[in-house]
Amino acid sequence: MSPEPANKTPRAKPPRAGSRFQNVIRIRNFQALFQRYARPGDLIFASAFMVLALLLLALLPVETTWAARTKLYQQPAFWPGVAILSMVLFAAGHLLGALVSTRRPGWQAELWAWLRSLEFAAWFLAYVWLVPQAGYLPSTVAFCCALAFRMGYRSWRWMGIAALFALAVVVVFKSFLQVKIPAGAVYDHLPDQIRTFVMINF
Amino acid sequence: MEMFLSGIQMLMHIDVLVALLIGSIGGVVIGAIPGVGPAVAIAILLPATFAMEPLVGLTMLLGIYGSSMFGGALPAILINTPGTAVNALTTYDGHPMTRRGEALRALGLAYGASFAGGILSIIALILLSPVLAKIAPMFGSREIFLAALLGLVLVVLAHRGQTFAAGMLAALGIFLGTVGLEPVKYTQRFTFGQQWLGSGFDLIVVVLGLFALSQAFLLLTEPESAPKTEKITGSMGRAMSEVLGFKRIAGVGAGFGVLMGMIPGVGEFTAQFLSYTYAQKTSKTPEAFGKGSPEGLVASESANNAVPAATMIPLLALGIPGEALTAMMLSVFYVHNVIPGPQLFQGQLDFVYALYVAMILLNVIVVCFMLVASNGLLKIIRIPTRFLGVMILTLSFVGVYSLRNSTVDCAIAAGFGVLGLILKRQNLPVVPIVLGMVLGGIMEVKLRPAMARVKVFTDFFDRPIAAFLGLAILTLITLHFVGLYRENRNRDPEEQP
Repeated sequence: MSPEPANKTPRAKPPRAGSRFQNVIRIRNFQALFQRYARPGDLIFASAFMVLALLLLALLPVETTWAARTKLYQQPAFWPGVAILSMVLFAAGHLLGALVSTRRPGWQAELWAWLRSLEFAAWFLAYVWLVPQAGYLPSTVAFCCALAFRMGYRSWRWMGIAALFALAVVVVFKSFLQVKIPAGAVYDHLPDQIRTFVMINF
Repeated sequence: MEMFLSGIQMLMHIDVLVALLIGSIGGVVIGAIPGVGPAVAIAILLPATFAMEPLVGLTMLLGIYGSSMFGGALPAILINTPGTAVNALTTYDGHPMTRRGEALRALGLAYGASFAGGILSIIALILLSPVLAKIAPMFGSREIFLAALLGLVLVVLAHRGQTFAAGMLAALGIFLGTVGLEPVKYTQRFTFGQQWLGSGFDLIVVVLGLFALSQAFLLLTEPESAPKTEKITGSMGRAMSEVLGFKRIAGVGAGFGVLMGMIPGVGEFTAQFLSYTYAQKTSKTPEAFGKGSPEGLVASESANNAVPAATMIPLLALGIPGEALTAMMLSVFYVHNVIPGPQLFQGQLDFVYALYVAMILLNVIVVCFMLVASNGLLKIIRIPTRFLGVMILTLSFVGVYSLRNSTVDCAIAAGFGVLGLILKRQNLPVVPIVLGMVLGGIMEVKLRPAMARVKVFTDFFDRPIAAFLGLAILTLITLHFVGLYRENRNRDPEEQP
């Protein structure tokens, strides 16, 4: 038998099952199950997704048809229903995680970063609008140079690189791979000798 | 053997070989640019391949997929920034070797290991093909439905710590796939009376938005960075041959790559993790891992490059893509009316072999290219990130607009681009949306015939493969919850992640 240690520290008595302390521990453990490293803006995204899922759930009876004398799995509403219910279920878990996780500062900056991407979405859509009017080659050169200028590449060297890149893209995709991009409306005003060539290749 | 020779014959056409060459070298270049990656490149090129023969288009895309990891190792080793996401583990040991003045050795080992992983996996697949040809016909609607469900479950569970996020995004993908005209009763679903929603969301438009446009937006909105690199001197061939000293690790890594690549929804990350853990546990110097261990580098590179070939297995044999890149390739098959699935292995085994041989060739092309071009690729790494954003945005236009010349498609892609940017900034996965769209569609189509002879629930699992798949799904979910319970039991409630 081993001898008793001289300075024996008394062990803390474990709390009784069902005691208030253990209930607190249980709740903390439950929270820990959902906790995650939440980046700034996590709660905003989780809430927005939950709202979307609930909105779709509310619209399910309106936006789908329930066919008479048809089995459940053959109903047109079955798969959207499965998808939306799963969205609601998982989004609820994700939102719960966002609520119990430590929130980090900087949600305004994060939201601003999301909104800033809309500027470039607008640039992209402007380019899409321009191509059928001005033609693929002129639009691409103008788009690349203008966006490069906007991003701070303002020297002649960078403008040249942007224009060369645009030319290379058009030659590879339109002239070589012959992808389906319509000829620009301005090409109609070109002289007869080069119009067809430009329409096909640029 | 006859089928194998016929496959080689299919490949020996100038257009196929040129596509392979462009895809292989293009993939290396794209992989070497941090922030682009094969998904962006494949998404952009996808519509351009629709006009090509199926083998030509697929070899080009396969070339990009298979070779991008070679290129991705270059910035991972030299500037500690992985070129593609799957090269992240390469930075652990590759970059410390560079700091020690062993950049050439690290690059040689990475390329050699990638080559070994690629070749070994393709050999394994060629040997496995006759077996697959026998097993594939046993997959009826029920089994394909369950395999797709297994893929979805794995995609969600593989995102450990983000299970809810992966689940909700996969469900969003399934939902997006159901929007539009429903094919059986011809009723509208979630079209809100809008004509442009009648044909639903096109997978390619969504993919381009989520991968290409989101990456462009991200690069354009984030601060500029233009990394500096130093020239590599010495014999790359000699450095590559050093991998022969790590045959066991490269072989095991390739094995993990094949195994994990074959399982839908798992992929490179798990393969690398298992391979790296194995290498560390069996190493005489486990303490060197993460500090510039050649064994660690070989383990991660051999595993990740063995995956692309293996991911073609569920795609070709069952028509089930295991990850986003093969989901994109599936659309090339559909456009050309080549339907991947059991019939492909029975009726067009030569086509399957041709794809495998193309993968061998692409590995050879890439290694030859890397022997001479590593220093040239350093210039590409130096492209400033914001200018790269301009380039990706310009190229994305071709991908989206050339599909149907539709402004609406471009607006939808831009919308998904913004969603992709938010997800990337939030560190949430994008892939579950794509797989949800593809696998959800497969499940909906297959469920109807699968239920034809089912009277009670258990009838669904009365065939051996269906029972096995059902059991696998149940086991995976149970194991996940057991893991969560154990993790939570051992965790201090005060501890914050």
